[in-house]
Amino acid sequence: MAKDESIQKVLVIGSGPIIIGQAAEFDYAGTQACRALKEEGIEVVLINSNPATIMTDKDIADKVYIEPLTVPVVKKLIIEEKPDSILPTLGGQNALNIAMALADEGFLEEHHVRTIGTDTETIKLAEDRLEFKKLMERIGEPCAPSIVVNHVDDALAFADKIGYPVVVRPAYTLGGTGGGIAHDAVQLHDICTNGLRLSRVSQCLIEKSIAGWKEVEYEVMRDGAGNCITVCNMENMDPVGVHTGDSIVVAPSQTLADKEYQMLRSSALNIISALHIKGGCNVQYALNSESFEYCVIEVNPRVSRSSALASKATGYPIAKLAAKIALGYRLDEIKNAVTGKTYASYEPALDYVVCKIPKWPFDKFVGASRKLGTQMKATGEVMAICNHFEGALMKALRSLEQNVYYLEGSHLSELASEQLKTKLTEVDDQRIFVIAQALRQGISVTEIHQLTKIDSWFIDRIKVLIEMEERLKSEELSVQLLQQAKKLQFPDRVIAQFTGRSEDQIHQLRKQHHITASYQIVDTCAAEFDAMTPYYYSVYGGMNEVTTQNPKQKIMVLGSGPIRIGQGIEFDYCSVHCVWALKAAGYDTIIVNNNPETVSTDFDIADRLYFEPLTPEDVENIVDIEKPDGAIVQFGGQTAIKLTQALTKMGVKILGTDADDVDAAEDRERFDEILEKCHIDRPKGLTVFTTAEALKAANELGYPVLIRPSYVLGGAGMEIALNDGDIRKFMEIINRQFQEHPILIDKYLSGKEVEVDAICDQNGILIPGIMEHVERAGVHSGDSISVYPPQKIKTEIKEIIVDYTQRLAKALHVIGLINIQFIVYEDEVYVIEVNPRSSRTIPYISKVTDLPVVAIATKVIMGQSIEDQGYHYGLAPEKETVAVKMPVFSFEKITGAEISLGPEMKSTGEVLGISKSADEAIYKAFMATGIQLPKKKKIICTVKDSSKAEFLPIARQYYAFGYDIYSTEGTYHFLKKHGVPAHLVNRIDDKTNTIFDLMLTDTVDLVIDIPTRNNNLKDGFLIRRFAVEAGIPIYTSLDTAKALIDSLERRKKGITTLIDITQLK
Amino acid sequence: MKGYLILEDGQILTGESVGTDREIISEFVFNTSMTGYVEVLTDPSYAGQSVVMTYPLIGNYGVCLDDQESNKPYVAGFVVNELIEKGSNFRKNVELKDYLKEHDIPCLQGIDTRYLTKIIRNKGCINGMITTKKYDDLESVLEKIRQYRVKGVVAQVTCQHAYKVGTGVRRVALYDFGAKKNIAESLAKRNIEVTVFPASTPAATIMNGNFDGIMLSNGPGDPDENQEIIAEMKKLAASQIPIFAICLGHQLMALAHGFTTEKMKYGHHGANHPVKNLQTGRVYISTQNHNYVICEESIDPLIAKPWFKNVNDGTIEGIEYLHEKIKTVQFHPEACAGPLDTDELFDEFVKMMEDK
Repeated sequence: MAKDESIQKVLVIGSGPIIIGQAAEFDYAGTQACRALKEEGIEVVLINSNPATIMTDKDIADKVYIEPLTVPVVKKLIIEEKPDSILPTLGGQNALNIAMALADEGFLEEHHVRTIGTDTETIKLAEDRLEFKKLMERIGEPCAPSIVVNHVDDALAFADKIGYPVVVRPAYTLGGTGGGIAHDAVQLHDICTNGLRLSRVSQCLIEKSIAGWKEVEYEVMRDGAGNCITVCNMENMDPVGVHTGDSIVVAPSQTLADKEYQMLRSSALNIISALHIKGGCNVQYALNSESFEYCVIEVNPRVSRSSALASKATGYPIAKLAAKIALGYRLDEIKNAVTGKTYASYEPALDYVVCKIPKWPFDKFVGASRKLGTQMKATGEVMAICNHFEGALMKALRSLEQNVYYLEGSHLSELASEQLKTKLTEVDDQRIFVIAQALRQGISVTEIHQLTKIDSWFIDRIKVLIEMEERLKSEELSVQLLQQAKKLQFPDRVIAQFTGRSEDQIHQLRKQHHITASYQIVDTCAAEFDAMTPYYYSVYGGMNEVTTQNPKQKIMVLGSGPIRIGQGIEFDYCSVHCVWALKAAGYDTIIVNNNPETVSTDFDIADRLYFEPLTPEDVENIVDIEKPDGAIVQFGGQTAIKLTQALTKMGVKILGTDADDVDAAEDRERFDEILEKCHIDRPKGLTVFTTAEALKAANELGYPVLIRPSYVLGGAGMEIALNDGDIRKFMEIINRQFQEHPILIDKYLSGKEVEVDAICDQNGILIPGIMEHVERAGVHSGDSISVYPPQKIKTEIKEIIVDYTQRLAKALHVIGLINIQFIVYEDEVYVIEVNPRSSRTIPYISKVTDLPVVAIATKVIMGQSIEDQGYHYGLAPEKETVAVKMPVFSFEKITGAEISLGPEMKSTGEVLGISKSADEAIYKAFMATGIQLPKKKKIICTVKDSSKAEFLPIARQYYAFGYDIYSTEGTYHFLKKHGVPAHLVNRIDDKTNTIFDLMLTDTVDLVIDIPTRNNNLKDGFLIRRFAVEAGIPIYTSLDTAKALIDSLERRKKGITTLIDITQLK
Repeated sequence: MKGYLILEDGQILTGESVGTDREIISEFVFNTSMTGYVEVLTDPSYAGQSVVMTYPLIGNYGVCLDDQESNKPYVAGFVVNELIEKGSNFRKNVELKDYLKEHDIPCLQGIDTRYLTKIIRNKGCINGMITTKKYDDLESVLEKIRQYRVKGVVAQVTCQHAYKVGTGVRRVALYDFGAKKNIAESLAKRNIEVTVFPASTPAATIMNGNFDGIMLSNGPGDPDENQEIIAEMKKLAASQIPIFAICLGHQLMALAHGFTTEKMKYGHHGANHPVKNLQTGRVYISTQNHNYVICEESIDPLIAKPWFKNVNDGTIEGIEYLHEKIKTVQFHPEACAGPLDTDELFDEFVKMMEDK
């Protein structure tokens, strides 16, 4: 059975915006699969609303539609494009849900579209809790005692019977949204009510809690002929109870003997055979650590975050093979690209240990609960590889970029044993540090195991690290001890700290005794075959397998690390395009990165991939071996930029904008000088260190002011202060962390924000396009709706912006990319921020202007001018199409997070709306964020006093559009007074008819809540959280609310045109 | 204590001796299984060989005595990257380190096993010595190392007396050339009374024993050196009693039919080898442990045909005999360690007996 020749044109559904639980892994999988399909001569039509991805590049598919991922849009696309097949297993839960809806309606059959890969019957079997349970019973695979309910009462009755705690899992939701563990009837009532609402089919699974069992996952593949293999298994260090996306995970499993390993492997193959999976599948197990008892937790009949991790952990490209299997190939017909000798029907053998640690957004959401449970909270993850667990863990810890270089416990050192023991029972992001501290305080491995249920094997390994700390602190640093510490992946700086020396001294000592890192290959086969994959990880005390014989010039590209709020997939997009441009220009390329979810860490992107932490020491080790001719840091976000100084010190030439000029843009005083020299204004500002200085500065500038630490990403720690109280509060928060650099205080101007990316060479600049923000200044640019080309900016202002950009690029000697944010306030243009590097908007602006921005910039960096590349200087002609980038948030996942928008970025992803009509573009963008309006036509409005006047015409618009407006007292009276009919709802603490009661009726389309900034009344906060958790769209900016009603008014006919971005004019 | 691995080419790898400090010379092979080190240690097919584990952490779950595939470890020596001293598993009876000491098995840890594996891969199975001594006169030691051959090992590992495993409606005679425990158990669980016979048992004993089937086990060494056994196998083949054979048994049966075997460069030792059933086209992942293979061109198409082939290198993994009720496989359907994917071959054997 070879390729099915009747498959000619395939529609691939992407996963949409990055949200918690559905992130960059789908870009990786989708890109790999689309390339695999194209390789087979298939015409690929892609739909994905996410512009920040490689997958939506015009050369990844034949036709690329960046359109809302909704059933009506996909239907329209199928009618227009007439694909013969649809491949839904690459786009996560979103894509599955859409394909299922289309199949259920009979639409696919009607249009002669067949589902390839795993079919919809299988998907239904795997996803529908009841059907799945029945199937498992039939094939004799155990599940935890459970019941599927559509009503809370049934859940309560069941729990009474089997006993608490019970786990609630809503059907058809992402990342376990709305799920949780209930310990009593009250909790069960709450969680289940919410879960039923969030479930697409109002269905929840209530199951016996098996918390504390081992959680083990198997990544399996099956082809159409029934051949099955296991790609890899993974063991969660955290026992069942923590979502696997929030667990520290190792591959392969460490504590399973062959009997247990094979028992679960056989079960996984049994399950995928029964389900008739054609492609990749993930099976999750709970395994009782005291017996052979196990149960199946979940099956994902598609590529997933775990499959991305498994691919990177083994070198086995699951998504690519899933695509080939969908075309009819058998596993034994597909060559393993890594070895060139084996076939895809070979199970990878690992000769190293992989450790994954999640990256959580708790630094962004200070007030949010850090508790981990069945609902995933991590935005991203890092992976590390070493020949032992201790080393992999140490590497992964520093890859998180949290200024943590070992299992530091200084913040826990005040705690007594008893307090530590209590803390050990709390499952949160800090637990691994608590374990380390407990070991330092002499709490036994057995006791820690009893309190945490974490297998003592892992605790023993952590103990090895703690013992090394103790030795470093107490023993004379011998060469042997240094060797042992390095073998355990202790960074020089930590060894220095423990031995009372400087990092440089340790570095010297190492060099002197030739204690250096060497690099080994991830080859899928544990060296059994001669593999030429250029995929490396470092070890101390092993042979070096890097071959660097290449006459070409060698360029190192630094990646952007884990996905986090403020530094997302966009930077991976840029890194990958930089590598591709370099390769095309004939350079030998090296990429360093540690994010397993991304395209950049696919083994065939760069000539050599180093899967390593992005710290100066780790990078230097690579530099020592590779001796690159230069490094490019401007595409890897702040992560790469931060390495500039260190690279320069190592003698690596920074290609593109000079390190000193980067510093000039970030150093407030130097930057002010440059602005002055360029005759460009910026909102007045001052730099301070202390609270007293801050208060003085704020009063001098006059409130409101913006306050923030310098050298930050995504506006971290940035706030608008309205009075002295705010200043005191924010300074206290900022100074909780040591600040190397001064704190900035700027006058806040409430103007229109405009953003520009430009490519700069020595002679001039090319601006692909100007982007206009819908929300006024004060909302972080990453959280603003951004429109290209600008619709409300006068030509004169555009000219000023182009001129300013030119002046700044020249003054800062930018070579490559620059991103500038402006405020247009009373027809004056002010600069608010300059970043001499690639920005978050690059993928989006590249796509909508049809200019390969990163490729052009890369060539400029390598010395080819813009003109020599065939482009013109200045502002590129505006496209006929209007593109609207809109942020997407994951607030429902982060319990306790404040959702109102401000200068600190909070969105996790973005969508694009694109159309020849500006109205349709913005309408599409709104739809793409997942809202479906209008439905019930009820709206809740609570608006702060100072915004009420401005809100009035907007309220009138909503009313005129047919909305019933519900408001609490203040807003209600205001609207009534001004002749806008509204209904009064009571505040949350009233007994009846409260705003919560109303939200619970499931009749509210929308909440507009304009909060009083920094005076976070409990009421307002609770209303916002409640809306988010009830799944009701909520907007906290008047500008967004207005944009929405404008678009609803103007697009009554909905979406009428679809745009293939490969045909942009 | 420091321990050394002296390879026949003169390379010396230094590690730490963590088993017994006895000095041994053997052939060295690598095994790529990520779990199942107890099964590997106790697989009699490794007699005369030392095993290098490619997975770097060995001892993670200690030793569960139930996992032993025979009464004791048969490897000559054991080489690992890191021996984990404290294993974690609810079934653990003893730590690996203590187990190795108890059974007098030399073991080196702290060896760059990836490097060693690449040596074996590039040069083929290589002889070496595990020792704690530092030799001044390396040449004389190397001479001894180079001369080493795995010889007469079947006689060392087979049982001394016949014994029974399980009860059931059918009776199978199992020739023990170094049988793994799970072969008899896989049969016993199918309602079969298994009688295990020493390798030297004459064919007549079996043919007169009123058995429904004959099972030939795995075992160590060069199949060609077992000429006396091969002669008995010829008689068994002619008896028309259904025969199922694994690994060495498979090779001996081929030799009995006049086919030939050859030594592979570094063999197949692991739990991830894909084999394809040539009749159905189905691919299974199998456990393998062999250094010799049947030469495909030596198979007389009038007598037999290939049944399974290795997907990666196309070598013969199974033979079906055309005129006799004999099916043989090179890989290990009894798994242990490894995947249970081909366990159904035992059902096929049962069916052969039913159809008799």
